[in-house]
Amino acid sequence: MSVNRSLSRRDVLLGACACCIPKLTRAATPPPSQTLATDEVASGIYFRRGVDEDATPANDGAIANIGFIVGRDAVAVMDPGGSLVDGQRLRATIRKATSVPIRYVVMSHVHPDHIFGAGAFTEDKPEFVGHALLPNALAQRGEYYRLHLDQILGTGRSGPLITPTMLVKEQDQIDLGGRVLQITAHGNAHTDCDLSVLDRQTGTLLLSDLLFVRRVPSLDGSLKGWLAELTKLKSLGARRAVPGHGPTGVEWPSASRDLERYLDTLQRETRQAIAKGVDIGQAAKTVALSERGKWALFDDYNGHNVTRAYKELEWD
Amino acid sequence: MGLNKPTLLAVMLTGCALLTGGHPVFADEEADQDRAARWKQLQESLFPHRQVLDSGGIITVDAPPRALDAALVPVELHMTGKTAVKGVYLVIDDNPAPMAAHFVFGPTADPRDLKLRVRVNAYTNIHAIAETQDGQLHAATQFVKAAGGCSAPAGPDDTAALADMGRMKLRLMGDFNAGKPMQAQLMIRHPNFNGMQMNQVTRYFTPARFIRTIDATYDGAQVFHLDADISLSTDPVITFGFVPRAKGQMKVVAQDSNNATFAHSFDVPGTPPG
Repeated sequence: MSVNRSLSRRDVLLGACACCIPKLTRAATPPPSQTLATDEVASGIYFRRGVDEDATPANDGAIANIGFIVGRDAVAVMDPGGSLVDGQRLRATIRKATSVPIRYVVMSHVHPDHIFGAGAFTEDKPEFVGHALLPNALAQRGEYYRLHLDQILGTGRSGPLITPTMLVKEQDQIDLGGRVLQITAHGNAHTDCDLSVLDRQTGTLLLSDLLFVRRVPSLDGSLKGWLAELTKLKSLGARRAVPGHGPTGVEWPSASRDLERYLDTLQRETRQAIAKGVDIGQAAKTVALSERGKWALFDDYNGHNVTRAYKELEWD
Repeated sequence: MGLNKPTLLAVMLTGCALLTGGHPVFADEEADQDRAARWKQLQESLFPHRQVLDSGGIITVDAPPRALDAALVPVELHMTGKTAVKGVYLVIDDNPAPMAAHFVFGPTADPRDLKLRVRVNAYTNIHAIAETQDGQLHAATQFVKAAGGCSAPAGPDDTAALADMGRMKLRLMGDFNAGKPMQAQLMIRHPNFNGMQMNQVTRYFTPARFIRTIDATYDGAQVFHLDADISLSTDPVITFGFVPRAKGQMKVVAQDSNNATFAHSFDVPGTPPG
């Protein structure tokens, strides 16, 4: 590298901006002791619906569906939330609902809107459960996510990075006392580190971002892999599912229809674009437009999804 | 809100460690005069004692003003073809290694259109500089909003990326007519580790290993020679023009920074499908 860029000025800029954001936002933010409104999607399974937005100071990063499962001896959290305060409110909600100890915090994948609340649960000394590839993904991205989320929410408000303590390679179980949850580590799908949880007792699948409802899916793993994992998930016999975004409880497997239609369309039209010699930039503007209007935030994510799909499929 | 939405999306979906010290988010607030000063500095170091003229209609550069994926920003270079061009440089001003690519065209090239995919690390100007046969430099500029592309992970699995390394595809774009210029798309499997990606397991940075040169020859005559650097995207894809004969062979030789050589010959026009 022949020319050095001055870093100091940028650092100063960063410092200046980081300290003015919280002043604008903190006053309006409700306290961490505030509880969340949750739905009981199945007996003993409670979920808060995230808003269909991206993280802002006004929503505290509370954009994903997060919740908990109560057993006789233990509570399992999945996911811990989109920011420290989101996690703190989830914890306050659990503590109000039950005195059963929080023994497990399932971190469904690496994306910040699902896992930055994990720091709120460290005092419970739970097992933090993650996909075997989650530590890798966190090593690559975690600090970067934290800095960016801090810039949105205010310095220190994103939350600490928590490393999983219990890794799932293929499948594992956690016993909440009379309630055994089956945890599956999936192949490359929404991301390369997706976990799902099956509660056999109620036939409920907690899918996090393996299932999007109403909010446009985001592809950060493998398109073909995601479709393959959905096929497997549909055959498990579960009757209800909890998506990572959208309504807290949906019928399974019928609720996968829209997602599969979107991913199929993305795959088919991206392949057509590749076959016709439409280049990647042009494809991003033209593929899957029939899906526009069917999803919240479509324009914000579809072009990126096409780029990812194109990169994957052009080598077939 | 201190961060505009598309930038957050790029961060969410691309994901990357913050390794450059600078923070890309606020780079758009950088005054135009700072960018101009940087470009001046770059000209002096990249083209010492030479004058870089404006594009003069000889070259244009086209890239999405707001990149969808900072690790894969499609860039197109167009030259009118009225002025004979010897080669073209692509400079990404604010990347850690700004000189992204230098193409030198051979006798069988059609140098009017080039496409490639690059990593962009921060909000930056991209300069495309055509070098005419008489040695004049003409630059076109495009500002691109993207961040974090240089340190974005190459893929979920470094080992798998290395195993498939060197695989190539050549696609002819459009109709084949002997003697008429046409476009071809060259794809090379290569992780193009630029030394800024962290190895997931060891938490050490994956050592740089990237395509340094590509030579394309058609029936023994040069189409182009490319000197590349760490800014090409993973699995480089280059679309270029050439003038085919009724039957011939396109030979591609790529060499990476570990001195590994990958060579492949393609029949052009190749066997018609079916």
